[in-house]
Amino acid sequence: MNKKELGLGLLLLVIAAVTGAINPAFLSLVNLLNMANLIGLFGVFALGEGLVIITGGIDLSLGSMFALLGVIFIDLLTTYQVPWPLALLAVLLGGLVLGAIQGFLVTRLKMQPFIVTLCGLLIYRGAARYYTSDSTRGFGYGDEAATLSSIASGNVAGIPNTFILLIILALVLGVVLHRSVYGRWLYAVGKNEEAARFSGINTNLVIATAYIISGLLAGVSTVLFVFYTNSVSPSSFGNFYELYAIAAAVLGGCSLRGGEGSILGIVLGTALLQVLQNLVNILGIPNSLNFAVMGTVILIGVLADHQLQARRRRKMALAGLARTAPRSTLEGQQSAAPHGVGALPVRTGDQA
Amino acid sequence: MAEILFELAGISKSYPGVMALDDVSLRVYRREVLGLIGENGAGKSTLMRVLGGVIAPSEGVIRIGGTERVRMTVNEATQAGIAFVHQELNLFENLDVAANVFIGRERLVGGPLKLVDDAEMRARVTPLLEQLGADFSPDTLVDNLSIAERQLVEIAKALSIDARVIIMDEPTSSLTISETERLLEVIADLKAHGISVIYISHRLSEIMTCADRVVVLRDGRTVGELARDRLSHAAMIRLMIGRDLKALHTPPKRPPQPGGCDIVGLVTSAFPDRQIDLSVRHGEILGLAGLVGAGRTSLARAAFGIDPPLGGEIRIDNAPVEVASPRDAIRQGIYLMPEDRKKSGLVLELPIRENVTLASLLNYARMWLVSGPAERKVSTEQVRRLSIKVPSIDMEAVTLSGGNQQKVVLGKWLSMQPRVMFFDEPTRGVDVGAKSEIYALMRELADQGVAIVMISSDMEEVIGVSDRIAVMHEGSVSGVLERPQFSEYNVLQLAIGQAPETVEAAAP
Repeated sequence: MNKKELGLGLLLLVIAAVTGAINPAFLSLVNLLNMANLIGLFGVFALGEGLVIITGGIDLSLGSMFALLGVIFIDLLTTYQVPWPLALLAVLLGGLVLGAIQGFLVTRLKMQPFIVTLCGLLIYRGAARYYTSDSTRGFGYGDEAATLSSIASGNVAGIPNTFILLIILALVLGVVLHRSVYGRWLYAVGKNEEAARFSGINTNLVIATAYIISGLLAGVSTVLFVFYTNSVSPSSFGNFYELYAIAAAVLGGCSLRGGEGSILGIVLGTALLQVLQNLVNILGIPNSLNFAVMGTVILIGVLADHQLQARRRRKMALAGLARTAPRSTLEGQQSAAPHGVGALPVRTGDQA
Repeated sequence: MAEILFELAGISKSYPGVMALDDVSLRVYRREVLGLIGENGAGKSTLMRVLGGVIAPSEGVIRIGGTERVRMTVNEATQAGIAFVHQELNLFENLDVAANVFIGRERLVGGPLKLVDDAEMRARVTPLLEQLGADFSPDTLVDNLSIAERQLVEIAKALSIDARVIIMDEPTSSLTISETERLLEVIADLKAHGISVIYISHRLSEIMTCADRVVVLRDGRTVGELARDRLSHAAMIRLMIGRDLKALHTPPKRPPQPGGCDIVGLVTSAFPDRQIDLSVRHGEILGLAGLVGAGRTSLARAAFGIDPPLGGEIRIDNAPVEVASPRDAIRQGIYLMPEDRKKSGLVLELPIRENVTLASLLNYARMWLVSGPAERKVSTEQVRRLSIKVPSIDMEAVTLSGGNQQKVVLGKWLSMQPRVMFFDEPTRGVDVGAKSEIYALMRELADQGVAIVMISSDMEEVIGVSDRIAVMHEGSVSGVLERPQFSEYNVLQLAIGQAPETVEAAAP
């Protein structure tokens, strides 16, 4: 755990403690489990968004993807009476394919991720509304997918399955991102795509894979949300959800310039956002201020992080200077290899 | 000599833990070219920043035009007639030449509307460009100019503020041989117009050509001053590094072995109507000279699969190899040390350890999971073998000096099995000591049987390091020189497409 995540975790605890002190209902088991469920729901696709952001891209299409995949999912189960495992598979595949198409457009056709996924946002939403003639789809009274429903919205020993799923996915993706070769490539590509390419990394594949994972996780989230709301209204289902994911990732330490961020950070970011939402309700702050509170906290969080980082860099530069100084004179006397001296101008440059 | 333009006396600059400048004194006279040399980190750039008013000295005084002061602001330095031509050019590529020259001091019309008077600015820039012998007009977008032309824009900018001294920091590091000569002519012309130039360069032959006087810095101190009549390579190098430079060329331990890399009729996307034929044997360093834009980098990029070749063949030990991507090339043992190490060679924000293994990470992984110990082991080995000066392999590459960064890029490839290596300007921006280390490493690699192609615009390097020199001209190889034929004259002749004195014809 690095400092950034530690800070975020502390912030989370402080906010929870203060809110709990003002209104103990915040810390009641019911409320905590409810928050855990929401954190699970919003965390799953935030993980995918985080991966895309680490490549230096962005995925704006997630919310619309939920609507499109959601209406198809319900239609498959109700209208076409498809067995739920097949319907589930279809939705997951659907998310994967949409992600793959976006990844293809970004990497092969060199389109900007913002534009590609903005168009995705518009197209998927439009397709969902056209497909349903703008009418809400629901499960009615049948129990078309009782098994899946109980998995998606059930709990184990009271802990919501969505939250458990998030933890499992976070652990898996944490290993992928922080321990695997792919994860290393992802950071390298996000920081410097050209140098990665010059090192023989198939950068297009690495980036496209991030979009594919994001699409797949969007498929998973679709199913979770469908069983959370039990119906899909194509014009509003999932609206703005991509922004929650982006906010969570940024709050969790991802840089929109790419190459930075961690799975733990994204999970903590999601948790913080949900806690804030909950806090607004619990403390009786007018609900209309919901977004404003979220925006303010993100703004302050990112600002504070920048300030802290700048301070750390200054400190490091100074430490670097102090460290090289004695070494360089030593080498100068040995006269063979004056490299310590060679290292200096870079640092004095930082100073100026 | 003539009047003193300004004088720095007893200048010191200390940062916590380090003396960047230690009691340095420097005079600049009117109408002179002052060469300022020293290894990277000797304090040249810091001294020039003091002069430009960018940083304040800790001690010492600056005397300009009869006044004495302890520090200057950037504006005061500009008013005193001090102008910079930066190493990394500070121009706006999306604006035209005139707009760049007048950036921040735009001529305005329209009274309170404050509209920019393009016509007026262009009219003022035209004579400056003429004076510099530039063949582009003030309304050309800087984006369309070559680096040499951009430099002229910077010089025009200096002239437009009536600069009395122009400081040029490594002005030729990205220039071709002929562009360099042009720049030296421009400098002579500036001098004739009464302008002084402080010329900072690692390239001693340029200093020899243009400087009236040379000041040598080492470890933040002035270690010597050489008048024009006492200038020599050996004298300068002795002062810079405090030791004599050994003869540059180390012959191979054994004659080049048969086999190697043959490039046959290769067509690059930069020159679709030209073919390149080139051979480099195992154990040989082939220098690849030519003007910038002659197709040398395009050749390297094609052979490394960055811009896959449009036609022709690459053979290693007579077996054709397919290079459609860098991955293919790496699999075949063809590696490239790119020209721009910060952009293409390194991920600066990643630690040294991760940069070293970036191209071969799968070798240090089991089931796609990176093995920390294996990775640390190979990185530590490379750091030791290349004597990269760094406290820890977990330091970000960005904190290293140019020479050490270059060695990290080298370490990335040496941790694998090179068969053919392209070095594109391997010592650009690298200090003298690290340079000779890189040369020694190249020779060591060659002696291990690697075929080495070294692209270089530095004549001393091309002639001193290569076993053979191939010269490119407008997209194809115009000739190959063997060691007895090596001379600056011959390389230059071939580079401009003419026959050298005696030369073997290029490979058919």
